[in-house]
Amino acid sequence: MKLIVTDRTGNEHELTARDDWSAMEVIRDANLPLSAECGGACACATCHVYVDEAWTERLPAAQQQEIDMLDFGVAVQENSRLSCQIKMTPELEGLKVTLAPESL
Amino acid sequence: MTANVAQPGGQHKTDVVIIGAGPIGLFAVFELGLLDLKAHLIDILDRPGGQCTELYPEKPIYDIPGLVEVTGQGLTDKLMDQIKPFGATFHFSQMAESLEKVGDGWRITTDAGTQIEARVVVIAAGGGSFTPKKPPIPGIEGYENTSVFYAVRKMERFRDKVVVIAGGGDSALDWTLNLQPIAKKLVLVHHRDGFRAAPDSVNKMRALVAEGKMEFQVANIKALNGANGQLSSLTLNTKEKGDYQVPAEMLLPFFGLTMKLGPVANFGINLHENLIPVETEKFETTTPGLFAIGDINTYPGKLKLILSGFHEGALMAQQAFRYCKPDEKLRFQYTTSSSSLQKKLGVA
Repeated sequence: MKLIVTDRTGNEHELTARDDWSAMEVIRDANLPLSAECGGACACATCHVYVDEAWTERLPAAQQQEIDMLDFGVAVQENSRLSCQIKMTPELEGLKVTLAPESL
Repeated sequence: MTANVAQPGGQHKTDVVIIGAGPIGLFAVFELGLLDLKAHLIDILDRPGGQCTELYPEKPIYDIPGLVEVTGQGLTDKLMDQIKPFGATFHFSQMAESLEKVGDGWRITTDAGTQIEARVVVIAAGGGSFTPKKPPIPGIEGYENTSVFYAVRKMERFRDKVVVIAGGGDSALDWTLNLQPIAKKLVLVHHRDGFRAAPDSVNKMRALVAEGKMEFQVANIKALNGANGQLSSLTLNTKEKGDYQVPAEMLLPFFGLTMKLGPVANFGINLHENLIPVETEKFETTTPGLFAIGDINTYPGKLKLILSGFHEGALMAQQAFRYCKPDEKLRFQYTTSSSSLQKKLGVA
């Protein structure tokens, strides 16, 4: 399945996602710049992405832990998610996300 | 947990200085200790454990050999117990700032003025130093240390000022409650009407808002307005209101910590994508006497696992012994059978 990622310079990348991988793992596997410091433990908010408006409602809702962790994200918006908490499934074929700005 | 913690600003001499008191730095103390090598550890955090205690103290780790399940804090506590016999000295809340060659060894100076001389330096700095996240608001750097602060060192600086605090964690709420009584005006800005901070602090903040003693705005900070490093207002934004301005003389963003390589980048070490290349026999850098173990190093096949860092520390210690005690023969022994090792461990 495809995961479409826009990087911080505005370039779009069409990545091949594997079932059950997190979006964060797919993005890092493609060597796009996503620090994901805690390695997927929902403990650092450095895998922050913006979800394309067409997809915000279609993603499984964020758990409380992710909502709380986003308090440590920078430049958080309504469509902010932590990509380590988005599990890729066939229903998410073609999901579009944008890498959020990082801490300076 | 009792640790030998040094006061900042002192001068010390030891065998090995370890930069980073995460699990890998801690276990290195054990491997060095078995070889009678003394160690000092420097860490930017105010306690041992590194990522384990800063990022996931309560989260379970399942891949430490022999420990079916242990939390980040639990592993740190166990390692501190395990290295207790070796009396390492800790320099907490300090950043290793410079490294210089002195004779056969090194002198490390921290940002608190502590100086440590050692024959061997081991960099076990993980993903780097934990430093406050800086929100990517255009021009924010021009206001840093005059109007924008990522920590409160002197509360008096905020007396009678219009202070805006951004964030929703414990630091944001704690400083809101601490500074509200002395600030001229205090505004808390957070992207949602909900907080990861302790409910008790949130309730206290809401009570102050209800009494008209401070403001809480659900909004995003879009721009900083002012001149010559002096902030005069912030442009906030919400979907409903669009852009609007609030007066502000001081801004305190509290968005947790992130890892930055920091001054290690200026130690003159060969770096590859912010990692330190090492060989895999001794985990030494291309500079003799300077080692890198744990997540901060890189070599063919590297896995960023605590397990791997422990192994790297054991091999590093062998070579550290050869540097520190060149006239002594290295005797490879097992803790199970060696009475001399058991004496060092205080169990014989």
